[in-house]
Amino acid sequence: MSSEKTEREPMFSAKTKKLLIGPLNKDNPITVQVLGICSALAVTVKLEPAFVMAVSVMVVTAMSNLLISLLRNTIPPRIRIIVQLVVIAALVILVDQVLKAYVYDVSKQLSVFVGLIITNCIIMGRLEAFAMANKPWDSFVDGIGNGLGYGIILIIVAFFRELLGSGTIWGFHVMPKAFYDMGYVNNGMMILPPMALVVVGIIIWVQRSRNPELQEEN
Amino acid sequence: MENLINIFVKSIFIDNMIFAYFLGMCSYLAVSKTVKTSVGLGVAVIFVLGITVPVDYLINNYLLRKGALTWLGSEFASVDLSFLSFIMFIAVIASMVQLVEMVIEKFSPTLYASLGIFLPLIAVNCAILGGSLFMQEREYESIAEATSFGLGSGLGWFLAIVAIAAIREKIRYSNVPKPLRGLGITFIITGLMGIAFMSFMGIKL
Repeated sequence: MSSEKTEREPMFSAKTKKLLIGPLNKDNPITVQVLGICSALAVTVKLEPAFVMAVSVMVVTAMSNLLISLLRNTIPPRIRIIVQLVVIAALVILVDQVLKAYVYDVSKQLSVFVGLIITNCIIMGRLEAFAMANKPWDSFVDGIGNGLGYGIILIIVAFFRELLGSGTIWGFHVMPKAFYDMGYVNNGMMILPPMALVVVGIIIWVQRSRNPELQEEN
Repeated sequence: MENLINIFVKSIFIDNMIFAYFLGMCSYLAVSKTVKTSVGLGVAVIFVLGITVPVDYLINNYLLRKGALTWLGSEFASVDLSFLSFIMFIAVIASMVQLVEMVIEKFSPTLYASLGIFLPLIAVNCAILGGSLFMQEREYESIAEATSFGLGSGLGWFLAIVAIAAIREKIRYSNVPKPLRGLGITFIITGLMGIAFMSFMGIKL
């Protein structure tokens, strides 16, 4: 199978480090690869569900990358989509049951979006682009990295939406009382779904003005 | 009948898949560069949603839901298989998409050629699985209600992708700040359109 490369790589070579750090900025799954936006936006009204969602996606991405990479030489190419979907669906069912058992109210808030991890494009995208052609350990690290890249955007968006929309962070009031006395009001608009899109748009704007090589022609 | 029309209109405008729930955003952003291709994908989504939601409704009500298996005998009344729903729904969707692809290829090669690669892509479109999961969560009473919900959501998705494609075709001639070009401005426009769609909230027929 992989006879052309027999010498062992160290656990954390420069390559694996790149796999882990890359998705946090220049190779971010949401703002650069445009994957997994569906679920990213709907769960970011509050920080807590966003955090739970980020962790769930990271677990599913990493584990499915690992499993598919282990199986990659035995999967017939014609039916690979179905095989991948079955592996992902099984992992998502596990995650869903764990969430229902330990954090029931968060799982109620996430409602259908836990199930939608199955069709989250990040997972399919990484399986197709990376795990089908790479070794298990690298694929696992790639999954963790992309899960982190996804999570960091989710948490940034949720932080601003919760802070400006409800004046709280993780459910605790942080806006000083004095602000409200001076006439400050919570911006109810930030709680509405469309503002998530605008916040992500602004994140993309900031990121691309810092990294001009990411800019598009049109 | 009134009820059905109500569900239909509600799922097009108020519970719009894209503007209210952001489902199917990946293909929405990737395929909305020209109006022509987005019409093709939109039609395919209406078609697949209109078929999979009623089929998943039957599966949910006669196999998965708690008490759904009573038609086998009263001893099955307490069986609850709903934890299997994700895997069942995705299997139905994947096989339906395959089936639809084969049927279209056989009976209408021109439509098949114009839909092209979009058909297989639909299997991993969040809007389709989302439609089935919302159907399960909202507990529609009859298969007619589920069907009108499926068709309505598909039509809402179609409207959204065609509208954004038309805007993106025009925006090519405008002077958008460089870092915002492409993806960034599309996000912000979608947000603005979502705010516009919110004005439909509360409408009842």
